[in-house]
Amino acid sequence: MNAAGGTIPKIAIRGVRKSFGRNRVLDGIDLDCGAGESLIIIGGSGTGKSVLVKCILGLLRPDEGSIRIDDAETVGLGRRARKALLQKCGVLFQGSALFDSLKVWENVAFGLIQGRGMPRDAAREVAITKLSAVGLGRDVAELRPAELSGGMQKRVALARAIAADPEIIFFDEPTTGLDPIMADVINNLILECVRGLGATAVSITHDMVSARKVGDHIAMLHKGQIVWHGPATEIDRSGNPFVDQFIHGRAEGPIHMEVRAQ
Amino acid sequence: MLKALASIGAAFLGFLAASGRIVIFAASALAAGLTPPFYLRVILRQMRDIGYFSLPVVGLTAIFTGMVLALQSYTGFSRFAAEGAVATVVVLSVTRELGPVIAGLMVAGRVGAAMAAEIGTMRVTEQIDALTTLSTDPLRYLVLPRLLAGLVTLPLLVVVADVIGVFGGYLVGVYKFGFNPGAYLARTWQYLETNDVVSGLIKAAVFGFIVALMGCYHGYHSRGGAQGVGQATTYAVVSASILILVFDYGITQALFAR
Ligand SMILES: Nc1ncnc2c1ncn2[C@@H]1O[C@H](COP(=O)(O)OP(=O)(O)OP(=O)(O)O)[C@@H](O)[C@H]1O
Ligand SMILES: [Mg+2]
Repeated sequence: MNAAGGTIPKIAIRGVRKSFGRNRVLDGIDLDCGAGESLIIIGGSGTGKSVLVKCILGLLRPDEGSIRIDDAETVGLGRRARKALLQKCGVLFQGSALFDSLKVWENVAFGLIQGRGMPRDAAREVAITKLSAVGLGRDVAELRPAELSGGMQKRVALARAIAADPEIIFFDEPTTGLDPIMADVINNLILECVRGLGATAVSITHDMVSARKVGDHIAMLHKGQIVWHGPATEIDRSGNPFVDQFIHGRAEGPIHMEVRAQ
Repeated sequence: MLKALASIGAAFLGFLAASGRIVIFAASALAAGLTPPFYLRVILRQMRDIGYFSLPVVGLTAIFTGMVLALQSYTGFSRFAAEGAVATVVVLSVTRELGPVIAGLMVAGRVGAAMAAEIGTMRVTEQIDALTTLSTDPLRYLVLPRLLAGLVTLPLLVVVADVIGVFGGYLVGVYKFGFNPGAYLARTWQYLETNDVVSGLIKAAVFGFIVALMGCYHGYHSRGGAQGVGQATTYAVVSASILILVFDYGITQALFAR
């Protein structure tokens, strides 16, 4: 599905393939994401959602295919150009990936201090503002990541992802491990980034409540390909058996989970 | 027969490929240091970790090394009435050979392992990916400071080890064998040349670099969770220890065998 009105999409993925040894994870992905749009990627565990995002970021190099951001090819980009591109991006990793040798506020301010040369005091204030946006107080700022609960770590990672007001934000399972109320706070925060700041967001989630709430478009990944891509409002009328099985969480259907009796 | 040759060949090629990868890794980390930003705070912290916190281990091993050297050389030299050479043998062995080698091996076990574990954990928990997305080159931020700190700090550590090692020999010489303290010290200085100390320090710098490089390289390329990190730690210590002994011979040969 193309972005409306024939405008150039913010992110355009064509024919991307990626294998690890004999394990073919992405097998010809075609996907567009318009500027200022919130795209949700859904799909079973281990279908390559995180791998796809890492390919877009250049952390993994696709074996084949093209990924264009702002109409410029990014596959095989040099170190310098990649750095410039990543300055526009914020990333929430699935496992939070906080730096455990640094304090919470230093984590959040890391991109500001190291990447943009902002003075430490100013960056600290920004970090504390961002932390309060994810529901964490000043007292948390001085702690180490290891002293926080899993859900708190996730929120710190979220604050770090949005600290530099990025143009494109990638959220890998932003609400996993949070209670329903905090999950909704995070959903609102993502919406605010997209609607309020005009950012483009690509989120991976298993949480259909969150997907419906923050998604403009939803794409479903299965067996290395996009099997459905459409507006979030149409997800219940997709007529696609994979999507139906996924959103209703049925064990029976065309998707066979690899469960083997020992 | 042919099979055996083929497997030897394959092992040799694998060795060459690994060496190449390590050299490229080191070169790209060093090349990153040619342009700003420079992470001075990180370098200083690494120097503290490598140097200051290794002092107890290195000091302890150095004093016993000096003591046992005095003991052994006395036993040997007394057989042809050359006990007077004990002080000289101790100071030359410590400064030229045992100070750097023992400090290098100790630091490999203490610091090399810690580096591999820390960087390896950062790799498997995606912290290195996170660094990249936050516009920070992991080679520049993680690897280069450790390489530089290893290069600079180990010689400082070896100066301390030299002094303590000589002191260990002095203790045994004076209190066990009853040498005159002034005469023992005079003998210590008498045949010591600047070159002896300097060559030891050159070795130390090389060993420090090797330890940091092995720790960083194996940590950086570790994969597969806790087990992978454990394996990286082992590789880092073993490879650094072997390389220290190999380079020790190489440097000695280059500096003395003229
Ligand atoms: N660095 C890697 N090396 C080898 N295989 C990998 C690597 N990263 C991912 N894979 C493989 O790629 C496949 C997809 O992994 P990925 O993490 O993208 O799944 P996912 O869709 O994000 O799943 P989940 O919802 O559980 O997070 C898996 O089979 C995994 O084994
Ligand atoms: Mg994932």
